[in-house]
Amino acid sequence: MQLENSEILRFTTAGSVDDGKSTLIGRLLYDSKSIFEDQLQAIEATSKQKGHDGVDLALFTDGLRDEREQGITIDVAYRYFTTPKRKFIIADTPGHIQYTRNMVTGASTANAAIILVDARHGVIEQTKRHAFIASLLQIPHIIVCVNKMDLVDFSEEVFNNIVEQFKSFSSKLAVKDVHFRPISALLGDNVVNRSENMDWYTGATLLHTLENMHISSDTNKIDARFPVQTVLRPQSEEHRDYRGYAGRISSGIFRKGDEVTILPSGFNSKIKTIDAFEQSLEEAFAPMSVSITLEDDIDISRGDMIVRINNKPQVEQELDVMLCWLHAHPAKARAKYIVRHTSNEQKAMIRDILYKVDINTFERDEEDKNIGMNDIVKVRMRTTKPLMFDSYRSNRITGSLILIDESTNETVAAGMIV
Amino acid sequence: MLEKELEQIETVGNSYYLNYLDELESEAIYVLREVWAQFQNPVILFSGGKDSIVVTHLARKAFYPSRIPFALMHVDTGHNFPETIAFRDRLIEQLGARLIVGSVQESIDNGRVAEERGKNATRNALQITTLLDAIEEHRIDCAIGGGRRDEEKARAKERFFSHRDDFGQWDPKNQRPELWNLFNGKHYEGEHFRAFPISNWTEMDVWNYIKREGIQIPSLYFAHEREVVWRNNSWIPNSEFLKIEEHEEIVSKRIRFRTLGDITITGGIESDADTVEKIAEEVATMRQTERGNRSDDKRSETAMEDRKRQGYF
Repeated sequence: MQLENSEILRFTTAGSVDDGKSTLIGRLLYDSKSIFEDQLQAIEATSKQKGHDGVDLALFTDGLRDEREQGITIDVAYRYFTTPKRKFIIADTPGHIQYTRNMVTGASTANAAIILVDARHGVIEQTKRHAFIASLLQIPHIIVCVNKMDLVDFSEEVFNNIVEQFKSFSSKLAVKDVHFRPISALLGDNVVNRSENMDWYTGATLLHTLENMHISSDTNKIDARFPVQTVLRPQSEEHRDYRGYAGRISSGIFRKGDEVTILPSGFNSKIKTIDAFEQSLEEAFAPMSVSITLEDDIDISRGDMIVRINNKPQVEQELDVMLCWLHAHPAKARAKYIVRHTSNEQKAMIRDILYKVDINTFERDEEDKNIGMNDIVKVRMRTTKPLMFDSYRSNRITGSLILIDESTNETVAAGMIV
Repeated sequence: MLEKELEQIETVGNSYYLNYLDELESEAIYVLREVWAQFQNPVILFSGGKDSIVVTHLARKAFYPSRIPFALMHVDTGHNFPETIAFRDRLIEQLGARLIVGSVQESIDNGRVAEERGKNATRNALQITTLLDAIEEHRIDCAIGGGRRDEEKARAKERFFSHRDDFGQWDPKNQRPELWNLFNGKHYEGEHFRAFPISNWTEMDVWNYIKREGIQIPSLYFAHEREVVWRNNSWIPNSEFLKIEEHEEIVSKRIRFRTLGDITITGGIESDADTVEKIAEEVATMRQTERGNRSDDKRSETAMEDRKRQGYF
C-alpha cells in the first residue's frame, strides 16, 4: 500500500526504440507489479502474433494504431506506477531528432530525466541531444542508464568509460545532479532488483534512485508568486462580501498577514485570509491551489500577480527568450504572436533572432535566421504590456511561456526566459 | 551513494511539500479554474460514475464559496442503472446546479442514429452522436470529463485541454503540445474542447481520494446481491434490455461494479467489499484493469482510440 505522505515524482524517459526505452519502462512497470493481468495477456498475445520470443515488454507502451503499425512512438505518452514510497508519472517521449518538441514537452514538468545509453555504442549524438534538452529545461535530476550491459559481458570498464564520456561533454551544460546506473532492461538487472551479474557495482538500482531522490527542494520556495486565475465573488446571502483571488501558487510561501504588492498596478495590501475550500490556512506554498483575500478593496483580475512586497519579479516589456519551435509553420522575424505566461496573455512580437543552437554540438549560429520545427533559438521579444516574470533558471513556472499563432490558434513555441 | 541518499531523506523532515493526493487535487483545481477562465460555456460531462463525481466534487472545491459554475451534462442512453439516475438527481439538487440531458432515445426516434443489432448490441457508440448534438445545441465550448490517462492506451496521450474540430473529432497526431501548466484553449466557432482535470490520477488515487474526502458514490460500487449472467468474462447484470441466450443462465451473485456505464455492457466482479475502505483495499490488490470488465473496449485492440477519434468521451 502507498504511504499517505508519499510525494509525486515526475520523470521523462528519452531514447529510441533501439536503446530499449520501451523495454525499460515495461520492466519498471512489470517488476514493480504495476502491469495488470489483462494487459499482460494482451501483450503476450501480440508478442506471439508477431513471432517474438517470450513477452515483449516494449509492447506495453505502444499506444496508438499508427504507432503499432510503424513500431515507433510519435507523441508523449504518460504512464503511472506507484510503489509504497512514491507515485510516479512517466512522460514517455520518442528520441528521434524530429521529435525534439515532444522531448521538450515531456521535460517541462519533469523532476528527473532518464537518459538511456546503449552500452555497446557509448555516448552518441542522441545522448548529447537529450542531455542538452534536460539542461535547457532545467530538469533538476538526471539519471544516465547504461543499458544492455548483458551485451558487453557486464563489464565495469565499459561502464566507467561511458561515465567519463558523459561527464566530459556534460561539463559544458547546466546539469546539476547526475547519477549513473549500469542496467539491463531486458533481463532486469539493476532496474527494480539488484543485479547478480555486476558484483563490482555497489550503487543503488534505478527504482531505488527514483524512490529516494530528494525532490522537495526542486520547487522554488523563496520567491512568493501568485498569478491570479480568476476572481471568486459568490453573490450569496452568506458570503456577500467575499472577494477571493483564486490561483495556484507558482513558487514560494504566503502567510496570513503578509504585506503584498499587486502587479502590474503596484498597489500594496495585506493578506487577510488564505482559503482552501472550507478551511482557512495560516500559510500556503507552491504548488497549492488556494483563494486569497486582501485587507483592501483593489481592482484585481486574471493575469495580475500577487507577490511579497520586498521580493518582486521583473516587470518588463522586452525580454530575451530561448524558444523551442514546435510547429511546422516556420517563425518569421517581426511576426506577431499571442504570448501566454502564467495566467497572463499579451500580444508579442519576435523582434530579433539572436542565434540558433545546434543541439548536437551546442554551437551557436548567428547567421541562420530561419526558425523551423524543432529549432532552439534565442530571440528578443517585445510584448504590448509588461509581463511579470523571473528567469527560467530561478523559476520554472514564472520563467516559462508559450507562443500561440493568432491566425491558427495553434501553440507554436515554448519559451524559457533568460 | 546508497548511504548518502538515505541520509538525505532523513534530513528532509518537515520541509514544505504536498503529498500525492494534495498535489493531484491542486492540479485538478487549477485545470478547472483554467477552463472557467478560458471558455464561455463549459459543462461537466456527468455519467454518474465515480470519476465524474470526483470531478464535480473538485469543481465545488475550486470555486467555493461560489456555487459550482458549470452545468452538468448527462448523455442518457436510456439503458441506465436506475440507481445512477436517482443519484444524479439528488446531487443536482444538493449543488443547485443545472442539468442538461442528451437523450440517445431521442436521437434514435429522430433518425439521427440507428439501434445496433445482434447479441452484443449496445447503445455505447450511439452516444457519440447524441453528445455532439447536445454540444452543438447548447453551444458548449468545453466539455469537462473524468477521463484518466491510466485507463486505456489511447488515453495515455490525451492532453488536459484536448481540441476537437467542428465535427467533434479528435486527431491524435495533431494535438497541441502542452508544456508546463500553460493551456491553450483558443478555438474557432463550432469547435470545442474536452478538458480532463484528473488526467494524472489512477484508479487507486480516485478511491483513496473518495475515501479521504468522504465523497458519496452510487450504491452500485458496493458489494450487493444481484441477478447476473456470465458473459465476456464478467457478470453482466440482468435487465429488461438484456437478451439472454439459450445457453446462458441467470444466477444471483454478490457483486460490485468497478466502473459504471450502460447497464447492458457494464460487468460486475464478485466481491464482498461493501465500504469505501474495503474497496480501496480490494483495488490495491486487483490484478485486472478496471476496463477489463467493459465489453465496449474488447471489440478490437484499438476500440477506444477509434471511438475517441469520432468524438467519444
